[in-house]
Amino acid sequence: MSWNREEIAARAAQDIPDGSYVNLGIGIPELITQFVPEGREFIYHTENGLLGMGPAPSDEDRDLDLMNAGKKYVTALPGAAYFHHADSFSMIRGGHIDVCVLGTMQVAANGDIANWSTGAPDAIPAVGGAMDLVQGVKNIFVVTQHTTKTGDPKLVETCTYPLTGAGVVSRIFTDLAVVDVTDEGFQVVELAPGVSFEEVQKKTGAPILPAGPNNRKRT
Amino acid sequence: MINKEYTSVAEAVADIPDGATVMVGGFGASGSPIELLHALIDHGAKDLTVINNNTGNGEVGLAALIGNGQVSKMICSFPRSSQSKVFPKLYREGKVALDIVPQGTLAERIRAAGAGVPAFYTPTTVNTILAEGKEHRDFDGRTYVMEPWLKADYALIKCEIADPLGNLIFNKTARNFSPLMCMAAETTIVQTKKLVDRGDIDPEHVVTPGIFVNRIIEVTDPVHEDVLIAEGRTYP
Repeated sequence: MSWNREEIAARAAQDIPDGSYVNLGIGIPELITQFVPEGREFIYHTENGLLGMGPAPSDEDRDLDLMNAGKKYVTALPGAAYFHHADSFSMIRGGHIDVCVLGTMQVAANGDIANWSTGAPDAIPAVGGAMDLVQGVKNIFVVTQHTTKTGDPKLVETCTYPLTGAGVVSRIFTDLAVVDVTDEGFQVVELAPGVSFEEVQKKTGAPILPAGPNNRKRT
Repeated sequence: MINKEYTSVAEAVADIPDGATVMVGGFGASGSPIELLHALIDHGAKDLTVINNNTGNGEVGLAALIGNGQVSKMICSFPRSSQSKVFPKLYREGKVALDIVPQGTLAERIRAAGAGVPAFYTPTTVNTILAEGKEHRDFDGRTYVMEPWLKADYALIKCEIADPLGNLIFNKTARNFSPLMCMAAETTIVQTKKLVDRGDIDPEHVVTPGIFVNRIIEVTDPVHEDVLIAEGRTYP
């Protein structure tokens, strides 16, 4: 037993406060819009100049000038606003966005994140807005599978891929557990149903503390 | 009487010289000034440095300009996307250089140029390989890197509504980098879907004031990159 992609997104959505301005990365983070807890409202920001982003349109309602940062067609909800890129990244860099939920390649026990490049010599570097987001947004959540497709840990002692940002991640949601980055490294917040702490430790590339009555926070 | 109207896209780009730095508005397909880009291909200026968030898609617009061998360097945040094929190939062959800039830093560098601010400090890239060699400085206990302004000789911009003075209104997320680029270029060339009379735009609704715009061309039925690609079109 573990959480599937939808369940990871639903679990992450539980930890986003009502009224938050939220920026979602591509992949599992996008699923969060389907799992907003009852009674809460999130306002979605997309880097390319829209606050109040709504779901994908039907084909006949599609507007070619209305996209999200992943270049997918979206809609604008009542109360939405359009703005240029400097204003958009002022919202990010200026600390006005409450939560950013990102996928990752690696996240380290000190909160470092690597999610933009493998560093391979033939790779074409492409950073987009990731480095701005991790520095500017108040809370950086990571949603990811606990291991790679080949079984290597994605939660590691030290990132081996080039960093997107250092010491920026606060909480990680995987198929196996919810994990905090604390002053003493990783600490489990919650285990997925049927998953043991031993399994999480085994699949984590760094020491990890079990959940406690007073989980430590990063200061 | 000031009238910035030009009669054709060809006339509007005719003086862009070899070696020019050209900003191109748009984020992916939305806001890409395809008619101006195709006019620049027809014009043939070479050895261009182009500033855009991406590197174009398919074999039209910006990708076609690169594919035609007119671009020697791209400055962008995200050079590869699902439909970007021309740039990755030429980059791997060593035929076009790449300067990778984080998206928010790219936007702010352009804005700074337009605002007359030669440099600024940002936390973006601190402790990453993209900060190597850059000046670092602490403010209130946090480390930042210095980023210089980014200017251009020309900007190619697409908008929705313009008047003869160059006051502009954009459409939805097609706005993106365009208002910043209008400020940062020595000569800003704008294709507008609709050209209205002086006074027809409510001053409260102006997004880019005309002082930042030099040339206006009405292109009443602009093509869209996504549509051209879906139709399998190429240019020239």
